[in-house]
Amino acid sequence: MRETRYTDQHEWVRLEGDEATVGITKFAAEQLGDVVYVELPAKGKTVAAGAEAAVVESVKAASEVYAPLGGEVTGANDALAAAPSKVNDDPEGEGWFFRLKLSDPAAFAKLMDAAAYAAFVKGL
Amino acid sequence: MTVSTEILRRTPLHALHLELGGKMVPFAGYEMPVQYPHGILKEHLHTRAKAGLFDVSHMGQGFLSGEVNALERVTPADVAGLKEGMQRYGLLLTPQGTIKDDFMFSRLAGEPDLYLVVNAGGKEADFAYINATLKGAAMVTPRFDRALLALQGPAAEAVLARHAPGVADLTFMKVIRATVAGAPAIVSRTGYTGEDGFEISIEGADAEKVARALLGEPEVLPIGLGARDSLRLEAGLGLYGHDIDETVDPAEAALLWSIGKRRKEARDFPGGEKTMAGNPARKLVGIRPQGRAPAREGTQIMAAGRAVGRVTSGGFGPSVNGPVAMGMVETPFAAPGTELELMVRGQALPAVVTSLPFVPHTYKR
Repeated sequence: MRETRYTDQHEWVRLEGDEATVGITKFAAEQLGDVVYVELPAKGKTVAAGAEAAVVESVKAASEVYAPLGGEVTGANDALAAAPSKVNDDPEGEGWFFRLKLSDPAAFAKLMDAAAYAAFVKGL
Repeated sequence: MTVSTEILRRTPLHALHLELGGKMVPFAGYEMPVQYPHGILKEHLHTRAKAGLFDVSHMGQGFLSGEVNALERVTPADVAGLKEGMQRYGLLLTPQGTIKDDFMFSRLAGEPDLYLVVNAGGKEADFAYINATLKGAAMVTPRFDRALLALQGPAAEAVLARHAPGVADLTFMKVIRATVAGAPAIVSRTGYTGEDGFEISIEGADAEKVARALLGEPEVLPIGLGARDSLRLEAGLGLYGHDIDETVDPAEAALLWSIGKRRKEARDFPGGEKTMAGNPARKLVGIRPQGRAPAREGTQIMAAGRAVGRVTSGGFGPSVNGPVAMGMVETPFAAPGTELELMVRGQALPAVVTSLPFVPHTYKR
């Protein structure tokens, strides 16, 4: 079963087994504006939950993307190098950033579900 | 999170910006649109393809009266030689000969006063400085209540000509009084994008009417300050407070061209001897990062294994589809083609000194 959960740093996480796909939410992409460059983590890198995992640059500024959960990077979206606009066009689909093999899959349930994230954004 | 208690000023077009969906941000003490719903990339590309309308009413307009050529006391530009109907770019210098601001000055046909436009951030200080230095000879009267619009891009002439007879005859840097959409205006063929275009100065009360008339044309989109910045950077035009400031002299800033020939020979401006000595220790240059990552203002520049400068403006150039920057580097590393390294997030990214502009200017000569 695939489920998507969210963080208060505006990342989404889609879990399949113990592999998670991570990206930034539509809200974050809209706040950022046009994405011109994405720096992704290297395969094999271990990231701690909450640590900086990627950088996304808009025309005006660079923003950090944090690892929503800890784990080992198993892949990154190389298509973003040539087409960073995918992040704006389809932030929660083709604009994904990287994949993680989670060190603690149970921690996924602690993230916000879609309804909770929607309420969180509304309250900002 | 900090809550700002800064009270921001508004231009006469504030309500229009909100109506157009402008994303408002603080800039030089004003609430200004950084972009509209199209976004910075589309706004930038549209300006180079068709026409963009910018509200730059936050800039400092004023009229200098009296012995106006005394302005030469504070600028190395050739003021006395400026012909009627012409506008010129000048540097405002501190007594030490460093750059206090850059500005445009115009001599309208048949009028004794000079029309000045300075940057928003220093406008009060600039005019106070001019008045203090020119006291007894000339005086600038601020007209911060006036509005200023910029219409830029290859379609600008066709668009403006529909609302202002006579503007098609203007060539680059010419300036006239004209009626634009029924409003009395000062129109100059100039801008800050590298494209052909016009700047239109009008009374504040006429701003919305003129803006709506121009925005009603099919070629025109409203453009925010975000795209204004990426356009000027691609055009190799420095931004005061970033690429040039009071620590920089005209030689270091690569702006010797703005000094009049007579003034260069006479060296009769603040810091004249030093500026004309011909050996600045550092120079402002164009820089092209070789990868895809932008290098922002403040990025350290390395060469020959040590720090040799810093990036003064940096971002992404939509028209060149890559990162672009300007930076101040030690003179031995300023020649086009020189390889540099930019320290971005702890990594040394390769870059090359590049001649400016990144995108050719298309002024109507």
